Parts: sequence; structure tokens; C-alpha cells
Amino acid sequence: MAVMAEHGVAQVKRSSLWTRAFESRNFLGAMFMVPAIAILVLFLAYPLALGLWLGMTDTKIGGVGRFIGFGNFVSLAKDSVFWLSVFNTIFYTVAASIVKFAIGLYLALLLNERLPFKSIVRAIVLLPFVVPTVLSAIAFWWIYDSQFSIISWVLIKAGLITHYIDFLGDPWNARWSVVVANIWRGVPFVAITLLAGLQTISPSLYEAANLDGATNLQRFRHITLPMLSPIIAVVMTFSVLMTFTDFQLIYTITRGGPINATHLMATLSFQRAITGGNLGEGAAISNAMIPFLVAAILLSFFGLQRSRWQQGGRD
Amino acid sequence: MSSVQIRDVRKSFGNFEVLHGVSIPIEDGQFVVLVGPSGCGKSTLLRMLAGLENITSGTISIGDRVVNNIQPKERDIAMVFQNYALYPHMTVGENMGFSLKLRNAGSDEINKRVKRAAEILALSPLLERYPRQLSGGQRQRVAMGRAIVRDPQVFLFDEPLSNLDAKLRVAMRTEIKELHQRLKTTTVYVTHDQIEAMTMADKIVVMHDGIVEQMGTPLELYDKPENQFVAGFIGSPAMNFLKGHVRVNGVATFEGPNGVKLPLLNAPAASDGRPVVYGVRPEHFTIADDGADAEIIVVEPTGSETQVFAKVGGEQVVAVFRERHQFNPGDKVKLKPDPSLVHLFDETTGKRM
Repeated sequence: MAVMAEHGVAQVKRSSLWTRAFESRNFLGAMFMVPAIAILVLFLAYPLALGLWLGMTDTKIGGVGRFIGFGNFVSLAKDSVFWLSVFNTIFYTVAASIVKFAIGLYLALLLNERLPFKSIVRAIVLLPFVVPTVLSAIAFWWIYDSQFSIISWVLIKAGLITHYIDFLGDPWNARWSVVVANIWRGVPFVAITLLAGLQTISPSLYEAANLDGATNLQRFRHITLPMLSPIIAVVMTFSVLMTFTDFQLIYTITRGGPINATHLMATLSFQRAITGGNLGEGAAISNAMIPFLVAAILLSFFGLQRSRWQQGGRD
Repeated sequence: MSSVQIRDVRKSFGNFEVLHGVSIPIEDGQFVVLVGPSGCGKSTLLRMLAGLENITSGTISIGDRVVNNIQPKERDIAMVFQNYALYPHMTVGENMGFSLKLRNAGSDEINKRVKRAAEILALSPLLERYPRQLSGGQRQRVAMGRAIVRDPQVFLFDEPLSNLDAKLRVAMRTEIKELHQRLKTTTVYVTHDQIEAMTMADKIVVMHDGIVEQMGTPLELYDKPENQFVAGFIGSPAMNFLKGHVRVNGVATFEGPNGVKLPLLNAPAASDGRPVVYGVRPEHFTIADDGADAEIIVVEPTGSETQVFAKVGGEQVVAVFRERHQFNPGDKVKLKPDPSLVHLFDETTGKRM
């Protein structure tokens, strides 16, 4: 009798421990987070950590590397090609982002008006975004070809120039050419996102401003721009990040040439690490992008924070 | 301040005409309320007055000036929107001073006028806040402040109280009326709520399906509705309507459904047997021995008065009593309308007889 009672108590105790664990919010919360954390660790944290580690080693393909601290960075600091790629990346990002923003905002404002065939026009604007990057890069490669370029052909037929333009042979021509290709590809993202932002602005605000005596320009300056600023901050952060880390367009059109004039940090990293086999050095170049990217994110983060009017209260 | 003349104004959206020739004279300093069910065209008319919608035909003048082709900002009007349309990225003070800033007024001038408007509306402690940090009633007042600062010829209100809760709505009603008494600016106010119209207006314009049904002071509309629509729209609970015929056998009476007989003070000449609609307001019933038989269905006490739903001749009517009668559902009572306060309408045209 006593034994049975003892047995019963033990069973109650054990099941209650198990039950209690599943009733605890903390334990349950942790359980539910396990799949997400596993995915994040496997696909984000592990590659990032591996990249950071590789950047501090002299690993080559097929070999085991030694830890060399900041050795890669010291040698990169003396490497003029690396600094050229830093310059190219910043130029590429700044030039493309400014133009993408300007054209994107213009298109968004245009598409927000009452247009004939509005939905078709919107679909057309999205096209560059839908085409696979490599495909559009190949198209641009042909457009910029030294013998078959349609631009050169048209200009010659029109009598405006006498020689085919050397789009990809001259360093500055090549830089501007890839910037144009990037703009063509990036504008839809900016335009459609800003359009979505514009559509959240209540029309009655424009009516009120109209009655308050605002001209079209004043309405844009005092209503549209401030109301759109949070979305502008987000979309431009994304645009800058995507442009800064661009790889596909450059690698398909120029492979970094001529004489490294269009090498971005991403393409240089790939060339050194995979083509050249110096995994450690390539990883170090990639890691050198991190400070720039963090700076861009912080800039937009503090830009967003400043809009005090968005916080507190309900709508 | 200015008078406003609306003359034979029509509005079509494509082939669909929503306003069929509306004429409303508004005197200088008058508080005019446009009231009607949704879709009657009252908001469209207000937006045409503001210049936010084109005028298809007819003219609107503010003061001596026809404004048909004048831009909204040139019309010297201020509008309070249903959703307030406050600029969310500007503080209360900036919201109120925005129109002055656009007119390049000096910052001293702007501060002075914003401060004065803020004092009138008790907004002084809130000038640095953003619209998000305000309650509904405060936002409503900021929207009015924005209008006051401009000192316009005409104030336009587009259902300004419909986003507020019932208690605040009553308080703001008084506040707007008091503001008008103080500033005496010509005001056009749109609402679907007939109580708002009755309590605030100098003149009510009842609209329905794109036409003006009747214009007049609140009590004119209550006492002498020109047709059955106005009779049913003004007053709460709504007027009871019974279909039947006029009988003139020495004394005029109304013979309603199932032979119910109700009193008439006098009948229009040669109207014996004429089909009519007999209208009586709920508050004009009394309990009297010579009343019509009624069976009580529902009793709704509100404290100050009691609403009684009853069947008279098979038709449901509502009566309101200030006295505290002890009624129970199923009780048989005798309801008698005050014959001097009864309204008769032609059954086919709905016009007052």
C-alpha cells in the first residue's frame, strides 16, 4: 500500500515537471524560436562568421590557412587595385543612387496622377525589375558592344558621330555605362515603392493645402516630401545596400575591366578569392565593405528616428 | 464676411447628374446647415463651393464675385474636413499658421494670429504638439483653429463631428455655435444628422436626391414641413405616417387603415374621400378616452421621457410621453393626436395639404 502510494507520488512529480516545462512561457517561447534560430545560424551567422574568420587567414583553395590577424588588411592597404575598387564602388553607388532616386520619384509622381492605361504603364515600369539580372546585363553588353552597339549605330546614322563609341574600352565610359545599366535595373524598385508611399497620403491633405493657398510646388515641398520621407529613407537604404554590393551586372558586362576601372569591391573579392584562389584575401575585401554598409544603415536609422511626428498617439 | 449665392447649380459625374439645379441664398453672417441622407449631394455642393469640384452649370458667388472659375486658394474660404486633414508632420502651431506662411506673412504676424486663435479655442498649451498626440476633440479644434487664423469670408464644415463620440459631439456642437456667435462669419455646414442641423442652424437646407426639398429656420421646418420627406427627416423620433382617406361628414375626420378614425381640425375643400397621408409627431399624442384604440408593443423609458411603440389599426406608431405612464406590452390604451398639430400630405405627390 505504502509502496503504491510512493510510486503514485513519483509519477505525479515526474509528469508535473514535464507539464510545468510546457506551461512555462519562457520554455515554450524558447522552443518556438528553435527553428528560426537554426535557420538564421545555418544560413546567416555561420557564413558571416566564416567570412570574418577567413579574412584573418591566408587560406588558399585546397589548403588549410593559418591565422595571420590583420595581415590581409595591411597588404590590401598598400594595394592600389583595392583602393581603385573602393573608389569605383563609392562612385557607382553614389551616382546610381542619386539618379535612381530622381527618376524613381519622378516616375512615382507621374504614375500617381490620373493617366490613361495606368495599370499597363505601371506594369511596363516594373519590367526591368522582373527580367533576370544576367539577362538584362547581356542585353546591355550588346548595347555597349564596340562593333554592334545600337546606340553607336543610331548616332552614326543620324550623322551625330563619325566613329563607334568605345563604351567599355575607356575607363570613364565604362564606369558611366555600368552606372546606366544599374540605374535601368534599379529604378522600378524605387518608383514602385515610392508610388506605394504616395498612395498612403490622404488626398484631403492636398485639398486642405490647396485651400490654404499652396501652389503645386509648395504642395510638393510641404506635404509630399515630408510625408514621403520615412519611405524615402527605407527605399534609399535598400537601394544603396543593393548597389554597393552589386556583382551580377559588373561581372557580366565588364568583368571589372578595362584595367580594373569598373571593379567593385564585390567583383574584386570574387576575382581574388575564387578565380585567383586566395580565399583569405577575397574574404578580407568583402569584410572591408562592412563598415560602409553599417554606416549607410545607421544614417537611415537616425534619419528615420528624427521624424518625431510619427511617434506616439494613434491615428 | 460675405454673402453666398448658389444659383441653379448642377453637377454631373460623366452622364450621371447628382445635383439637379440647386439654388440657395445665404446671407452675410448666416449659419446655414445642408442636411440630408448620404448621397443627396450635400458634400458635393460644399466641395463645389470650396472649389474642389467643378461646377457643371449654374453659378456660385461669394460676395459680389462669381467664383466658378476661381481657384480654391483665391476664394478666401476655409474648410474643416471630416477627417480634419491636419498636416501630421507639423505641430499644432505650424498647422494653424501654414496658410499665413504660404502668404509670406511675417513670423510676428503669424505668431500673433495663431496665438489669438489658440486662445479662442483653448489650444494654447498644445501648440507644440503633433496631431498624433491629440485627442479627437482637440484635433477638431485645431482644424477649426486653422480656419479661424485665416479670417476668411466663409467657413465651410464637411461633417466635422461625425468622427467623434456621442458625448463629445454634443459638446463640440455648442462650441461651434458659440464660435459662430462670436466671430459672425458666414458658415456653411454639412451634416447628415438632423439634430446637429436643428441645434446649430440659422437656416436649414434639406436636400434629397440632388434637389433642395425645403429651406427655412429649424422651427419652420419642424412646424410646417412642405412635404413628407422633410416631415420624416426632421424630428426624432421620426413622424408617424398613416395612409387613408379624408371623410367630411359635418366634422372632418381621417379614416386610416382598418377603419381607424383620427381627428382633423379642418379638411381641405372638396376633399371627401381623397387619399392622404396623415402625419403626427410622436410628441403630439396624448392618452384620451376619445382616442383611437392602440395596443402597446414595446415601452422604452429614457428617464426624461418614455417612448411607446403601439399598433393603431394594424400599423406601428411611436408616441413619446413626458409623463411616466405605467404601460406594459399588450396593454390596450386610447391614443389621440392633437388635431391642431397634425400634418396632411397628398398620397401621390407627398406635398403638404
